[in-house]
Amino acid sequence: MNNSLLLYILMIPSLFAILLLFLPESKIRFVQWTALAGSLITFIASLFVWFGYDKALGGFQFEFIAPWFSAIGSSFHFGVDGISLPMVLLTTILTPLAILASFGIKEKIKIYMALFLFLETGVLGVFVSLDLLVFFLFWEIGLVPMYFLIAQWGGKNRNYASLKFILFTMGGSLGLLLSIQMIGLTTGTFDLVKLFELWPNISQSGFLSTVPLGLSLPTIKAIAFWAFVIAFAIKVPIWPFHTWLPDAHTEAPTAGSMLLAGVLLKLGAYGFIRLVIPLFPIESQRYAGILAGLATAAIIFGALSAFAQKDLKRLVAYSSINHMGFVVLGIAAAAYAMNVGDKGIIESANIALNGSILQMFNHGLSSAGMFFLVGVIYDRAHTRQLDDFGGLWAILPIYGAIFIFTSMSSLGLPGLNGFVSEFLVVRGAWDIFPLATALSMIGLFFTGAYVLKAIAGLLHGPRNNQWLQLKEINVREIFVIAPLMFLMLWIGIWPSWILNMINNAVILFF
Amino acid sequence: MNYELLTWLVPVPPLIAFFVIVLFANRSNKLSHSLAIIAAGLSWLLSMFIFVWAIGPKGVLQKPLVSSINWLPTADTFLKIGVQIDALSAITLFFVAWTVLMIFVYSIGYHNYGQPKGDHDQPGLPPHGATVESANAQSHKVMSIEPMYARFFAFISLFAFAMYLLVVSNNLLTLYIGWEIMGLCSYLLIGFWYAKPSARAAAIKAFLTTRIGDVFMLIGLASLYTIAGSLQYEVIFSEKVLQSLVQNASPFFGMSWAALIGLLIFIGVVGKSSQFPLHVWLPDAMEGPTPVSAMIHAATMVSAGVYLAIRFFPILSAGWEGGTVLTTPMLVMSIIGSFTALFAATIALSQRDIKRVLAYSTISQLGYMIAALGIGAYVAAAFHLVTHAFFKALLFLGSGSVIHGMEHGVYHEGEHIDPQDMFNMGGLYKKMPITFATFVIGGLALSGFPIITAGFWSKDEILSSAFNGSFLVVFIVLAVSAFLTAFYTMRQITLVFLGKPRTNAASHAHETPITMTLPLIVLSFFAIAAGWVGIPKAFPGLGGLLPNWFSDFVGSMLHGGEHAVEHHSLIPLFTSLFVSLGGLFTGYLVYRRMEKKTEDPMVWSLGSIYKMLENKYYIDEFYTKVFINPAKWIAEKVVYIWMDLKIIDGILHGISNFGLWTGNFLRQKFDVPVINRGGDNLAKSTKFIGSEIRITQTGKVQDYMFLALALSLLGSVIFLIIIF
Repeated sequence: MNNSLLLYILMIPSLFAILLLFLPESKIRFVQWTALAGSLITFIASLFVWFGYDKALGGFQFEFIAPWFSAIGSSFHFGVDGISLPMVLLTTILTPLAILASFGIKEKIKIYMALFLFLETGVLGVFVSLDLLVFFLFWEIGLVPMYFLIAQWGGKNRNYASLKFILFTMGGSLGLLLSIQMIGLTTGTFDLVKLFELWPNISQSGFLSTVPLGLSLPTIKAIAFWAFVIAFAIKVPIWPFHTWLPDAHTEAPTAGSMLLAGVLLKLGAYGFIRLVIPLFPIESQRYAGILAGLATAAIIFGALSAFAQKDLKRLVAYSSINHMGFVVLGIAAAAYAMNVGDKGIIESANIALNGSILQMFNHGLSSAGMFFLVGVIYDRAHTRQLDDFGGLWAILPIYGAIFIFTSMSSLGLPGLNGFVSEFLVVRGAWDIFPLATALSMIGLFFTGAYVLKAIAGLLHGPRNNQWLQLKEINVREIFVIAPLMFLMLWIGIWPSWILNMINNAVILFF
Repeated sequence: MNYELLTWLVPVPPLIAFFVIVLFANRSNKLSHSLAIIAAGLSWLLSMFIFVWAIGPKGVLQKPLVSSINWLPTADTFLKIGVQIDALSAITLFFVAWTVLMIFVYSIGYHNYGQPKGDHDQPGLPPHGATVESANAQSHKVMSIEPMYARFFAFISLFAFAMYLLVVSNNLLTLYIGWEIMGLCSYLLIGFWYAKPSARAAAIKAFLTTRIGDVFMLIGLASLYTIAGSLQYEVIFSEKVLQSLVQNASPFFGMSWAALIGLLIFIGVVGKSSQFPLHVWLPDAMEGPTPVSAMIHAATMVSAGVYLAIRFFPILSAGWEGGTVLTTPMLVMSIIGSFTALFAATIALSQRDIKRVLAYSTISQLGYMIAALGIGAYVAAAFHLVTHAFFKALLFLGSGSVIHGMEHGVYHEGEHIDPQDMFNMGGLYKKMPITFATFVIGGLALSGFPIITAGFWSKDEILSSAFNGSFLVVFIVLAVSAFLTAFYTMRQITLVFLGKPRTNAASHAHETPITMTLPLIVLSFFAIAAGWVGIPKAFPGLGGLLPNWFSDFVGSMLHGGEHAVEHHSLIPLFTSLFVSLGGLFTGYLVYRRMEKKTEDPMVWSLGSIYKMLENKYYIDEFYTKVFINPAKWIAEKVVYIWMDLKIIDGILHGISNFGLWTGNFLRQKFDVPVINRGGDNLAKSTKFIGSEIRITQTGKVQDYMFLALALSLLGSVIFLIIIF
């Protein structure tokens, strides 16, 4: 029963982070390579989990339980299924790439690298936790390193952005902590596997003795539900809780943006799928329409705002809101189908949720790639304003080709990864929320508009001789982007290797 | 031979060529174009094998070839993808394979392979020519090789892959994938000379205009997939699914699902095949190199739209029996198709650029096909698709050859004129005889010159279907457009080739190399011969001499056979003859005397209408004012600045300011006076009390004893009082 592989995956980055702190600051190369080694070992370990997972068996595997606060029923309970495993893989892929992308950072390199590794532990912890309290613990652990990364290594406006980021997310966390406590207090356990059975079916009579503050059951459920929803909505972010994102993404250092967009946003959506829908199926179904409406708003307004940007990095940041909107639309469709007997609806919801989870993975690849490419050009030109550029394709042919490839993945071009997931979401959601899905096509159209605007502003147009001396993308940078491009193409052409994993877990949902 | 495997392999070689050129071969022009051409040749060869098998006795008439694999796991089933060869894909494969291969070969010459590098050429701009020293030490200017030569072949390889993928697909999903990849390629190829702002704008326009259609189409696919549970042709076009599509009402406007899905898919076709009102991208797409125009406007992309419409005909016409009322999508198609045919033909009258005339002509001819489908003339539409692909590819490549020849003259003479303006040409028949001969064949086919050309047979069939089906309005509109078509075609031929050269450049134009003329010759063969396979049996005199193979073959696609009315009236035939010959003759009459004068006689004859035509009915301006500018304004001002920055962030800053204010307030009114000072006061008073009672601390044991005694006494008294 107890398999410690997940524990190792969680520990390795942190151990390496601590190790880094004892290394000499002056040996920059050594520090960098040690950090990279730590994240690569984690990646390899996660591959063992991926290939060791028995898809036929399904459910949670690689479970690990160790007592923690036995008095209040909380323990270190870890495990992965087909929903969390793609997220774990995404995290362990992106972290080494982000570290490799940061080899240009020179100041306070030790603490910088250590923060990334701590961040990895935090995020992975959220994905593998099967205990609410531990989930919360890692949720917060993931938050703090990112604050310092933005505040210390960020751009000009970093203080505002990092403060906004931490306050916004903390605001959500407060409610999260509160409702986790309420659930724990009411049921006497924090263990998710038990709660999945216990909490949705809990009845008034069984729990009156332990009721906190003398509240009624529906009140507690409502408070807990909305506290969860708001916390996760901020993290995704769902419109209108999204305004921290463009600031944080724009000001964060390149590798920070890669992980922020690539992985941290997924925490919110993952929270919806892992906690909100299974724990609150009735409430989820009741409010699914609102969620779909907000998702559509995110898709349309995210795309329009991205289209309005003149700063390339901000444009990419807004594109995340647009893309995560599709994730939420799929989740809303799935939420609607809870406890609905209709077979057709359930099939659609299943397809939509498959699409959502795949879209999370795909957005992780494409947004990390886009932020990285923005970083590459910013390192050289020290500007990100589209108006300053133009005609760069003639000067940087390889970079230009890579940029177009990656932005096509972001645009959802069929043949690349983004299309598969967007198609699945649209297919699934159309059956359930036809109006929201039809309106979201406006957003899909403007996705094309802003992506082409970025390409036209950066690469096309008359050659600007100011940039003749710009250096072509170097080998290290190609090593960062190449794995992402490979995955984009692979998922676009043959998505079933990952969709099988997802589908097996999603089927058990309904 | 394993034709199933061959079909799977058809799209593969160009894709491999694309990746190999991009990753490894891009530094060598020779290697790049060899790879591309070998790949296109392999696909051509595979296609020919399949085509010959398909039309043979053991071919698709017995049973279409279908092969599928699981692609996407969805709940407890799979979404399947696969390949299919039936009559429609077989003939499409045939013309695609030929035109693609010819265009690949032509591109070698067009991009000046073998010529020196340009003096000032840079990537992203068309080559500007190179100076060479000749034997007697005189320097003169010649054409220079395209600076992004290898990249061009990579792009067109990807394009070819996408088209093959689309044709051999057995399901709408992979068709859509090919469809969109072509969209990307057309974007990249129209914007091939991306450093030109006009090319950049045209590329974006093409991509986004077609994307409007594509997002509607995506919804159509989603609905169809939801209802049918599959996107495979054999499932979605099965009687059972068609029945349920017709019988069930959709939630929108009381239409049946068949009508709704048909319309959604048709909007995609409108975008891709450049029909009104989404036609605006195609003329601008002329910014790309000429082989691209031929690829996009003849062989592949625009044909793909009509191909899809033909493929989708069972759903578009679901519930229609022939002779009964047209279904909603059919009605829409016949209106949009015939309107576009006439509308684009009128614009073509006024264009001066040799390629733009052809662009509008393409829009117009595609309108023909759409209108034909709209009135149920399935076979005629497919027939015109095939013949048009050949003669329009021929015309585009021919016009490229003319431009190339003119550019040669421009370099030679150092004249600063537009080598694409037909009014700068004239008399080229002497200088470029092969181009002239082939262009005339293509032009006559386009005009529907009787009996000889392929265009006559396909166009006549559409006209007679319209007439015999009693769609009189469609018939008249199409007949008028046919007259205009013949007129502007002859205008073009006369202006470009006949008469005397109107510029020095034209008098020093030069025939293009063999790599360019050979494809012209091959295509002109098909521009004539492709018509012979579809001569109607009822045609007076000729009918029945050759079997009407095309109708039998493609007509087999329809479940219940074609619903065409059988009797063959002579009126449409005479109309075809009259409009074609009349248009050609008038065109010649008007333009035969154009000498040095470069004013178009239409300017004074049409007056203000000409101005409107020249400006394409001001549709671009209208779209800019009504759609593009407001969209930009909404994005920037309303959504970003007003909603995000002012309202949402405003509220947030309000909250944080309130927090700050509350904090400050508490500090000033509570912290400082109550807690800080309170604490201070507490300390002070403690100290005071301490110092006051210090006098009791004498340090003498007697005093303490006395105090203790007194206190215990007091305590006992209180105790007693409380108890009793």
